[in-house]
Order: sequence, then C-alpha cells, then structure tokens
Amino acid sequence: MSRSSMWEAVGGIVRRDLLLAMRRRSDAAMSVFFLVIVVSLFPLGVGPEPAVLRTIGPGVLWVAALLACLLSLARVFTADYVDGTLEQMVLVPQPLAVLVVGKVFAHWVISGLPIVVLSPLLGLQFGLSGESLGVLVMSLLLGTPTLSMIGTIGAALVLGVRGSGLLVALLVLPLYVPVLIFGAGAVTSSMAGIGGEANLSLLGACLVLSLFLAPWATAVALRIALE
Amino acid sequence: MLQAVTLSCRRGERRLFSDLNVKVEPGTLLAVVGENGSGKTSLLRIFSSLLPPEEGSILWDGEDIHQLKELYSEQLTYIGHLNGIKDDLTPIENVMSAMALAGEVCSRTAAQEALEAIGLKRLIHRLPSKVLSQGQKRRVALARLWVSTRPLWLLDEPFTSLDAASTGVVTQRLHAHLQRGGLAVIVTHQEVELPAERVQRLRLAG
Repeated sequence: MSRSSMWEAVGGIVRRDLLLAMRRRSDAAMSVFFLVIVVSLFPLGVGPEPAVLRTIGPGVLWVAALLACLLSLARVFTADYVDGTLEQMVLVPQPLAVLVVGKVFAHWVISGLPIVVLSPLLGLQFGLSGESLGVLVMSLLLGTPTLSMIGTIGAALVLGVRGSGLLVALLVLPLYVPVLIFGAGAVTSSMAGIGGEANLSLLGACLVLSLFLAPWATAVALRIALE
Repeated sequence: MLQAVTLSCRRGERRLFSDLNVKVEPGTLLAVVGENGSGKTSLLRIFSSLLPPEEGSILWDGEDIHQLKELYSEQLTYIGHLNGIKDDLTPIENVMSAMALAGEVCSRTAAQEALEAIGLKRLIHRLPSKVLSQGQKRRVALARLWVSTRPLWLLDEPFTSLDAASTGVVTQRLHAHLQRGGLAVIVTHQEVELPAERVQRLRLAG
C-alpha cells in the first residue's frame, strides 16, 4: 500500500460523492433550506423586539445549524449500504478510517459549508454586529466539521436499522452539547465585548479530537454493520 | 493459494457449516453450490474477510488473511450479491470510480473497452445507470473483471440476470483469468462451462 494510492482512493471517494451531489442537487439543498426556515421562524414566534432577538440569536443559529447537520447525516452511509458500494469500500487496500475521512469531508462540503457561508446573512436577521458575525462564521467553520465527524459514528452504528433517522438523533445529540456550548458561547461573548477567542480555541480542540477519534470508531461500526 | 482451514460459520441460531477444509490452487476455480440458505454467500463473505468465521481461518499463501489485512485486499476483486454501482452515475463513471476506490488505475478508454467487452454498447455508456435493466446493471458491475489485475476473484452469483450470450462472455473471461494463473471462487446455481480439470465443486449441505 503506497501513500499515493491512498490519496488516490480518498480523492476518488471525494470526487464521486461530490459528483453524486451535483446529480442530486435537491438532497444537498434540503438541509440549507431547513436551516433558513427554522431560523426565520424564531423572529416570527418570539416577536420583533431587537434586544430579545439579539440575546437568543447565537443560540438559535447554532441549534438550527446543528439540527440541519443532523438531518443530512442520517443518510450519509445509507445509499452506499443499500447499493453495495460500502462493501467495496471496506474491501479496498486502504485503511477504512482514511476513506471515512474522505466521505465526511465530501459530506461537509455538501451540507456543512453552505451553512457556514449562509450564516452571516441569517445572523443579520437577529441584529448581530459585524464583529459577532465574523465570530459566528469562525465558530461554525470549526464546529460543523466536528458535528459531521461525531455524527458519522452514529450514522454508522444504526446502519440497517429501521427508523434509523430518529435513533441517530438520540445517539448523537447529547454528544453535540459541548460543541453547541462553545459555539454559541463564542458568539455571545464577542457580543458582550469579551472576545470569542477562548471558546473558538475550545472548538478547535473539539475538532482535532474528533478528527483523531471519530474515523476509527466509524470504521469499526461500519465493519460490524456489514457482518 | 487460497485455503480454508476447519472453517465453521453460524448465522443466528443456525449452524451453516462446520469443519470445512478446502484448497484453491492457482489456475483453478472453486464453484460453491448448494440450496438456498445453505451458507454459500456467507462462505464467500468469509473468504472476502467481510465476515469473520466463527472458527477456523482463511489462509492466503499460508498466512491468515486477518493478519494480512490490506495486503490481502490488494489481491482480491469481490463482486457481491449487490452490484455496488451508483444509479446516478453513468456506467463509465461507475467502472472508473470503483477502480479508483480499489486503488487500481483505469483510464476512460479502458473502462469503455471493458464495457464493450461485456456487450454494453457505446450508446448507453453515457446514460445514468438507473435507466439500465437488471442484467445491464449486473454487466456494469462485472465489467471490472476486464480491468482488474488482481489474482483472486470472489464472485457471488455472477450469472444472475445475464442472458446466455453474456454468460458465455463472462465464462470466457474467467477461463482467461485461470489460464493466467488466477484463482476464483464463485457461488452459482448454474453449471460453469469450463474445462473439468480447472473446476473444483464444493456442495454445501445446508
């Protein structure tokens, strides 16, 4: 197994998944629309009081982003499992964990990145200041890949189980709590004038930790699912 | 050489087979036959390392495949009961992405030639695979056999939904593979029309 063929395999899987997403744009667009709608419902429900909106803004945006991530995550391995490509993935001469990273990266580009890009626009609805919007983007940029990483463990564990969508939510949402706290905390503290650096560093730490551990856990879960 | 040593397999409560010993020499094919539910596919999955055996082990050139791991994966092409092709990709893209995943190089022309060799006309190379018939999809999956350079082929019911002509073409391809010193294990219901000295039959009792 040479290093170049490993990159070829990872590149192959990223290319394939992005190509598939291009062929089925509606799937990718769904989680983004979900985010936009959920976030827009809050001002309608809570009322247009600027002070209230500014207080709840970071939390609402982060919870909505988290749910949007979860919505698309439940499906990340399902299609591969049903059509047999997952078997082929397990049998390639590269470590499965490395392929999982490729798969998660592609998934994040499709469903996580649009959330990051769109977030300043949504933040404006809640009257966030320019600096806080910057922190919001940074926090989502660090946080959404972590959410994808953690979520794939859950998605792999429930493969082939009926009603798996809800089960993934139950398994994964508690694990999302630290990311939510640090993410929303970063934006809140920047609004309070303390600066969000401390929370952002913690988010970075979460990302590194999940990058290190999640692919292995996912690989083990996938092998069990295929037995 | 591929060898199964005192293999046994249990699915749920049922014991499918036990104390199974079999040896596949280079240049020969092992045809696994038996009734539905007798454990043919499970045996093939054990050979592929997807399923760990309850007891016993699989040896490749004398070494346990669960020790060899990726080194063993480098020897093998597995085409399971599921085709492993994506409905939204064209046949060519499917062959190329499957090969890229397996870490084998395959150019667009090579993929095209493989698809033609198995009787899929150029016209449908650019259509999404979801519009193809079952037999055509199966052929897209099997087209990998024309570009693969791996010595060991594990095929689960390769001839299902194939017409007589395609069955003949695949059999010829298998023969060429064996003549080059390759090995194959196939699960099948049909008689394989290969020279008798190259075929070893294993009947699972169920």
